[in-house]
Amino acid sequence: MNNEQFNDRNVSNDYFLVDIEDYPTDGWGKFKRVIKRSFRGELFVGLWVVLREMIRFDIHTVKYPEEKMPIGPRYRAVHEMKRLWESDTERCIGCGLCEKICISNCIRIDTKIDENSRKEVSEYSINLGRCIFCGYCAEVCPELAITHGGEYENASDQREHFVMYEDMLTPLDKMKAATQLEFEGFGAITPHEDERVKKTPLAY
Amino acid sequence: METAYLIETVIKIVVILLIFSALAGIGTYFERKVLAFMQRRLGPMNVGPFGLLQVAADGIKLFTKEDIVPSGVVARIFKIAPVITAATAFMAAAAIPFLPSFTLFGYEVHPIVADINIGILYILGIMGVGLYGPLLGGMASANKFALISAARGAAVFISYEVVTGLSILAPIMMVGSLSLIDFNEYQISNGWIVFAQPVAFILFWIAAFAETGRTPFHLIANDHEIIDGFGTEYSGMRWGLFAIGEYANMFFISFVISLLFLGGYGDGSLLGALALLGKVAFFFFFFLWTRAAWPDVRPDQLMWLCWKVLMPIAVINIVITGIVMM
Repeated sequence: MNNEQFNDRNVSNDYFLVDIEDYPTDGWGKFKRVIKRSFRGELFVGLWVVLREMIRFDIHTVKYPEEKMPIGPRYRAVHEMKRLWESDTERCIGCGLCEKICISNCIRIDTKIDENSRKEVSEYSINLGRCIFCGYCAEVCPELAITHGGEYENASDQREHFVMYEDMLTPLDKMKAATQLEFEGFGAITPHEDERVKKTPLAY
Repeated sequence: METAYLIETVIKIVVILLIFSALAGIGTYFERKVLAFMQRRLGPMNVGPFGLLQVAADGIKLFTKEDIVPSGVVARIFKIAPVITAATAFMAAAAIPFLPSFTLFGYEVHPIVADINIGILYILGIMGVGLYGPLLGGMASANKFALISAARGAAVFISYEVVTGLSILAPIMMVGSLSLIDFNEYQISNGWIVFAQPVAFILFWIAAFAETGRTPFHLIANDHEIIDGFGTEYSGMRWGLFAIGEYANMFFISFVISLLFLGGYGDGSLLGALALLGKVAFFFFFFLWTRAAWPDVRPDQLMWLCWKVLMPIAVINIVITGIVMM
């Protein structure tokens, strides 16, 4: 068996090696090169390319504060705490797995037994100054309670800003309006990804 | 000297000064926009409609910025250098006829400050004096990048000025006058000089890029090599004067090319005047266009080009013109 099919990148046959001439050493050779470059019209090719782009007016600017690029569902920004669709109560059962798995020790959870002898989260905070946004907490959560949201515009007067449980929890009015965004999962693909996907240029 | 002539001249000077100071500002706006469109960007968009008031914002910024004279500079020369650049740029405009003469309220206006019989010589000489702005500013700045820029400025200046002078010698031989108005009159009857002297036209155009320090020869203040060159230590309106001088120079040299080679304002009708403005607009646009398209050359390449290629071609052009005219 030969390696031919593995070496064949299956891309296109348009690739070719550029023929690079030897660098001229004497003055006459340099002069000839200047003449050749001056009259071959390379300069005008450059002029035409930029003028064509100007005429085409295919502007790629995203006017950022007004326009925003869509971000994928796998984006890991500041955490969110989801509620149950049925009862609007918190999904978090206080198991503490996120605190255990957190590799930068930024999650602090405290629980107590409430009057119905159910476990209740009494305190929950994430130190965003330490958080590396690895996503382990969301991955380990058995109830899909803690997830990463898409909010990437944050400002605070210090880096070590904490988010408390109440800040992350989906507000009740959002639940009433049924607009809580569900986390699509770690395998979810970015919207419109089907159009952008390209065939892998390999035979295997 | 009559009083009326004096008043007329002063008014003309003020009008030219105001229009071209404003045009220099608007020129930066057009430069940003054209470069942005050619690079698939939008350019300034936030200040005013389509970013039109960006010029005003820049002006306010430049005027109100603190005027810093760093320690270690030769203060007096450091302060005078930007004034030289801006002043010489506008002084050179004195011999340029911007429009054909027209009648305003029954009074015939010649839109040229002084129709002196050595017009081109005067323009080139004053533009040559403009070199002292970057040169003195760079040498007085106590900054190595500024010093490199000053040295480059002097070396480059000698190279291109030879080409400028020699290239327009052939058209001058044909016309037999140094006044730009005579050039214009000559081209009415004999056709545009660009058809008779295409080589001189190309040479002068190339030298104009070196004269104004625009992109293929933008090595006196080359951002990616020597920061802003002579402008590195300047701030506020002193830097602004350098910028005004540079952009005013671009407009004036565009006028000079159009008048020398492309028929100027023709027979002096309204159409001719508009045609002159159109030609100037094209040359100004070309300055911006090349900035988007072409790379810069090294200083030694520019000197090689000027001394070993363009100057011999210019001399040969003069000799051939002389033989043909005999």
